[in-house]
Amino acid sequence: MLHMRPLSVIARVVCNAFAWFMVVFGSYVIIHGHLTPGGGFQGGAVVATALAFLVITHGGDFALPKIKKGLFISLEQAGLLLFICTGFVALGTTFFYNFLAKQGGLFGSLVPLGANPGVLNSSGTIALMNMAVGFEVVGGLSLILFYMLHGIRQNLGTEEFGKEETGHDR
Amino acid sequence: MIGNLPYVIVGLLFVYGLFAVIFERNLVKIAVGVSVVEAAANLMLIVYGYRSGGNIPVFTLGGEGGSFVLPTPQALTLTAIVISLATSALMLSMIMVLYRHYGTLDVREIRRLRG
Amino acid sequence: MSWTNHLPALVVAVPLFGAFGAPLVSKAGRIPRNVWFILIAVLTALFSLLLWQHVNATGTAVYVMGGSAWNLPLPSGMQLPVRILLEVDSFGALMALIGSICTLAGALFSLQFMEKFTGLDKYVALYLLLTAGMQGMVLTGDLFNLFVFIEIASVASFGLVAFWRDRPEAVEAGFKYMLISTVGVMFILFAIAFLYGRYNVVNMGAIGANLQYGLPEKVALIFLVVALAMKCGSVPMHMWTPDAYAEAPAAVTCLLVAVSQASLYALFRVCFSIYGMSLGSSAVAWAIIVLGCLSMFIGVTMAVIQKEIKRLMAYHSVSQVGYMLLGLGVGLLALGNPQEMSDYGMTAIKGGLFHLLNYTMYKPLLFLCAGALFYAAKSRNLNDLGGLAKKMPYTTVLFVLAAAAIAGLPPFNGYVSKLLIYESSFAVHPILPVVAMVTSMLTLASFVKVFQTAFLGPEKEVFSSVREVPQSMLLGMGLLALVILGLTFFPSWSLDHFITPAAEALVDKASYVGAVLGGGF
Repeated sequence: MLHMRPLSVIARVVCNAFAWFMVVFGSYVIIHGHLTPGGGFQGGAVVATALAFLVITHGGDFALPKIKKGLFISLEQAGLLLFICTGFVALGTTFFYNFLAKQGGLFGSLVPLGANPGVLNSSGTIALMNMAVGFEVVGGLSLILFYMLHGIRQNLGTEEFGKEETGHDR
Repeated sequence: MIGNLPYVIVGLLFVYGLFAVIFERNLVKIAVGVSVVEAAANLMLIVYGYRSGGNIPVFTLGGEGGSFVLPTPQALTLTAIVISLATSALMLSMIMVLYRHYGTLDVREIRRLRG
Repeated sequence: MSWTNHLPALVVAVPLFGAFGAPLVSKAGRIPRNVWFILIAVLTALFSLLLWQHVNATGTAVYVMGGSAWNLPLPSGMQLPVRILLEVDSFGALMALIGSICTLAGALFSLQFMEKFTGLDKYVALYLLLTAGMQGMVLTGDLFNLFVFIEIASVASFGLVAFWRDRPEAVEAGFKYMLISTVGVMFILFAIAFLYGRYNVVNMGAIGANLQYGLPEKVALIFLVVALAMKCGSVPMHMWTPDAYAEAPAAVTCLLVAVSQASLYALFRVCFSIYGMSLGSSAVAWAIIVLGCLSMFIGVTMAVIQKEIKRLMAYHSVSQVGYMLLGLGVGLLALGNPQEMSDYGMTAIKGGLFHLLNYTMYKPLLFLCAGALFYAAKSRNLNDLGGLAKKMPYTTVLFVLAAAAIAGLPPFNGYVSKLLIYESSFAVHPILPVVAMVTSMLTLASFVKVFQTAFLGPEKEVFSSVREVPQSMLLGMGLLALVILGLTFFPSWSLDHFITPAAEALVDKASYVGAVLGGGF
């Protein structure tokens, strides 16, 4: 029976120093999606890599039982529902209409013309949907990695598969 | 002729990926071949958007004055990349389940459905 | 804007909302999940019916996602259709309507059929996502949006085909389907890249208005026709159809049939509304006719020898798609010539479209009957079944109805559409209706074989405890049977009200282009 062993001490120390930095950097890419290249999907992928980083360096036997998938499922659900509800709220004009831009409220500042460093508080529902997509991608990609890593352990024999009864008589 | 080089490379990548899908025997190599085909399609979209001497199409970073490359193919490519991510994830998960059921990754042995 | 203007977006957005909310609602238990499922399916059917009435009353509807009006000029003063537009004409509205009927029938069927399996909250989410993708495919107005919705529907269907993940054959079928589908869709992306690079717009109406038929357009047309014909399941790209249709759960196959018809819609939209009369020579039309004849013949000859009931029906699916390709290929052949058009072209297109409507009603009913047999008798192999007519009377009657419709027996609706196709293809070349009639005879032969083997004959002892299937499954099958009977008893009415507006909207490229470019641009 094979195990997913942890990597060496150097790798583990560097991982402990950098894993949260990845989350911070990914959040920066998500939040500034309407100003710089990036956005929801790209930033979400960076954040989700942090999970893979942790599991690979600390070894599957040690790290995987510590990860609860409830957080990622709720992140994904929250992102999806925020996205679709932002579309439905503006149904008075059109579906997905940008009802927050240039109104002065949340995300509604005006942007001066010409080249400027960029205003974070602008662009209305685009920024909101960026964050919704960011949540969803973080949750979704982390869940994909989680299930795949559990699948590796099931294939290697460390874990029993078919614990939940799928009902099919095979 | 040298201006056509990106298109030639896109064509070569596409044919290479297609050969990998058709002629390879290992399932994981077939999945990698599909990734190469998707990369060729994305590269084709971006190459079409290039305008000579253009800056990146971000107004605050590319600066005023001068030309920009087209931003629409970049948006189309991003969408295509997200789609190919979902497809690759599903393909690799199915390969794992197939290995668990059949015990082999050789595509010539995974042929219970025939006729 | 009155709320009827929002109907195109609602038909796509409501299943999407249902798919996103399904895992949350399922946490509350089994009953809320079932209620949510049926509620979203009924709402989708209602909105698509209202959309069909609205489009038939007021003409082509154009809707913009996210702008305040769809024909706003750009800030520089230029007027180009650059926003994401949904353009619905009669043909698209008809496809949305029949797709939503299939969704509702499959949803009712899967309430009881999938009861003892786990992961049902994800099943509901994937099913509603497949519905949203299919509705988006038929309502959209530009090519890249079509690509995105094709991919949404495809990825959802990969997951659903492999849903019975403890069966190795199901996962193998899902993997094979995924390989072929992904490579095909990348061909579509290449074609979109070619067309975008030439015309700088992705809107279908704008490309159709400015089209000049040079070499990149020919290459793009070949890529699009091949890839979309692959998604419908026509020969020689039909290898995924028997595996995927047979190994998916029966309610999913019911919706997969509707999704492949949406790909057929995309094929006709490309051939008629983007390329239209600039196709010049008749090479493309004859290629489609040849593909149709090959599909008909190869599909039905492979079907006669099958032993597994759903694989047999999936091969019949391949041959029925051949009928539609034949009808519309003949129509494409006659497109440039008004005299030929009034002789046999419009009849061919009407026959093809009516056959599409009929096929999307009787083929899911056949698959649902096979699913009911599997639920009751636990087997799909014809060698094991036998003598089930007394125990399952309702299923027998519904199966006879659907089998008579697919075989083209008068007076059922399959006969009417096949007659239109025979008449119009005879005017092109006499061999074409001969192939079609031979296919029809072999279809009848194979369904007589299935009926006699599975339903008639003496009862077997292993089936002594078999009972009729539960109520919700019968309700789903009954909905489709009701539509078939409606089309059977009122053929002229349905031809005039459903098919003729759709056929005229399909061949009228000028009105499709004019709805986007002429009204304000």
